[in-house]
Amino acid sequence: MASLFSTVLLITGGVEFLTDRAMRRALAQIRDEDPEVAVSDVEAASVGAGELTALTSPSLFSSHSAVVVRGIEGLDPTAADELLSYAAAPAADVALVLTHGGGQKGKGVLDKLRKLAAVQEVTSTAPKPWEVSRWVATEVRQLGASISEEGAGYLVSAVGHDLRSLAAAADQLVDAATGADGSRAPISLDLVRQYFGGRAEVKGFDIADAAIDGHTALALEQLRWALNNNVAPVLITSAFASGLRSLARYGVASSKGLREAELAREVGAPPFRLKRLRAQLRGWDSTGISVAIGAVARADLDVKGAADPEYALERMVLTVTGARTE
Amino acid sequence: MTVWDDLVGQDSVVEILRTAVASAQERLAGGKGAAMTHAWLFTGPPGSGRSNAARAFAAALQCLDGGCGECQTCRTTLAGAHPDVSLVSTDGLSIDVAEVREQVRLAALRPGSGRWQVVVVEDADRLTEKAADALLKSLEEPPPRTVWMLCAPTAEDVIVTIRSRSRQVVLRTPPVAAVAQMLTAREQVAPDLALQAARAAQGHVGRARALATKEAVRERRRAVLAIPGSLTSVGACLDAAATITQTASAQADEVAERLEDSERDALKMEFGVEDRGRRPAGYAGRLATLEKDQKRRRTRIARDSIDGVLIDLLSYYRDVLATQTAPGAELVNADVADGVRRLADAGSPEQTLVRIEAILGCREALEANAAPQLALEHLLLTLRH
Repeated sequence: MASLFSTVLLITGGVEFLTDRAMRRALAQIRDEDPEVAVSDVEAASVGAGELTALTSPSLFSSHSAVVVRGIEGLDPTAADELLSYAAAPAADVALVLTHGGGQKGKGVLDKLRKLAAVQEVTSTAPKPWEVSRWVATEVRQLGASISEEGAGYLVSAVGHDLRSLAAAADQLVDAATGADGSRAPISLDLVRQYFGGRAEVKGFDIADAAIDGHTALALEQLRWALNNNVAPVLITSAFASGLRSLARYGVASSKGLREAELAREVGAPPFRLKRLRAQLRGWDSTGISVAIGAVARADLDVKGAADPEYALERMVLTVTGARTE
Repeated sequence: MTVWDDLVGQDSVVEILRTAVASAQERLAGGKGAAMTHAWLFTGPPGSGRSNAARAFAAALQCLDGGCGECQTCRTTLAGAHPDVSLVSTDGLSIDVAEVREQVRLAALRPGSGRWQVVVVEDADRLTEKAADALLKSLEEPPPRTVWMLCAPTAEDVIVTIRSRSRQVVLRTPPVAAVAQMLTAREQVAPDLALQAARAAQGHVGRARALATKEAVRERRRAVLAIPGSLTSVGACLDAAATITQTASAQADEVAERLEDSERDALKMEFGVEDRGRRPAGYAGRLATLEKDQKRRRTRIARDSIDGVLIDLLSYYRDVLATQTAPGAELVNADVADGVRRLADAGSPEQTLVRIEAILGCREALEANAAPQLALEHLLLTLRH
């Protein structure tokens, strides 16, 4: 890569993790070029008039200097003007790195910067949900290893869509795949399973379904995962409430002999849920449903109050599974 | 006609206030006027007319004839437009210290009419602690012609230092007969409908008036009172719960539509915001605050609406219990006596008590921010058993 001195590196895009990483890489490159470089790192919002000029002036103590300005959308107009006039004619021994947090704010300054010859732009965009596993593969490749397609897919479904966690997971897997002699085997599905198996991005509805199906152990396990992943307790109680609500409505509506679409409307659930509801209903009668709804109402109140949410939710799961007829 | 006409069934309170007005007159003439004082605390259950009593008292103080109810002074005071009477109230959750400080400043002015400077705080129970403290000094030693009138549901709703500095006037729950008579005389409602409405409202004058004059309100009450008899299956319980929550949010939406746009326009006007172009500094923050307040108000309206349903249900089961334990007792909901009797015959007083407990529990749960539909489903399923 060409030298970053006497240029302005502009890092844009709304993904904080990627922006941050691009910035760290740029700094590493700058330090490679000159280990003695003097680095100053400032928040744009706190940069006063004249400060940028001072920072980008030659330093007494070191021949090279690097300046990082974070979040240039927060720059005040005077400082923005200074920035633009510096970027039009950057100093030979100064590297300037700018980050922009995405969004419309500060777009005027961005557009003007982009027109200048010395400005290089690096844009980081978040991968779309269906691109995330490809992103993981790229990530692993950059670390000097490779991962099978199934492995990447499994990793995404296990870790979730948080890029920071995925990058950390990729790092760990590459480490694990590296033998003592430095040789690297491709990362296989089995290896991913070994490290991330059993852990999945659990949603409140999965827990509710497991509990209504009567799988107590599974429901409790998933509840733990969900709480560890900071799923809000109210989302879990509301998933239970809506699961039981559709179950009860299905119980009433299914005896009316309606067609599939009408039934779905009557129940207030999407058509593909009906089959699941039919299976679930076998374990329930009206008394059970009343007891279960009571337990959920109580848990809803408990998680909003002072009670320990883990205990309140576990008791709810146990009461719900216990209210089944079998 | 006098200013006291609006106070339904509060004869003893009217007596006290009349005496005070006479004393006030004496004081203006240079006498001692022992029955008048500078700080009053009106307490009484919701709908008993606390703020009406305070306004009537204010009008009587300002009026040259001691509250004729017909002169310019009386009418402007009752309408809240008299320059020497300021009214402090809120449709939000609290009255803050800045507003109280402003009122304290106003209270220190000499009355323009040369009689009394009156400040009526209609929601004294919603004063924040700081706001209440800011009031104390002026409440203790106001300028000679200043009168404070605070209204709250009970004396315990205001801090003890306010309580000890003011004279308390206790309004009672107005008797059914008095409310019915008022409805017939003032709203030209047929006597039997008036009596029924007064009874169903249980002493809440405003609610009685709404029941007597608005068919939609009566319709809604009928629908609510039909709920206990309809809880035959789990499905019915869930349906009823869904209907109650939907009606509540529809009511909130109705108010929202009426107020929210004009509030936003007023804010735009204040900041000079045009549809295009830059937003002035500070506008975004104010807009966010406004939207938060509007959302909170929606929640409050929806919650109040559900609470109204629960109160009606409570009165229904109260009637069931009365029928079970004291046959022949007067019913709140005499118009649906058949349904009450059926439910009374079908169960025991113990069961009814459990149900009443469940309704009270549901009100508490909603107070504690429970999910409304879930709490109602739980309640109705409990009522069904």
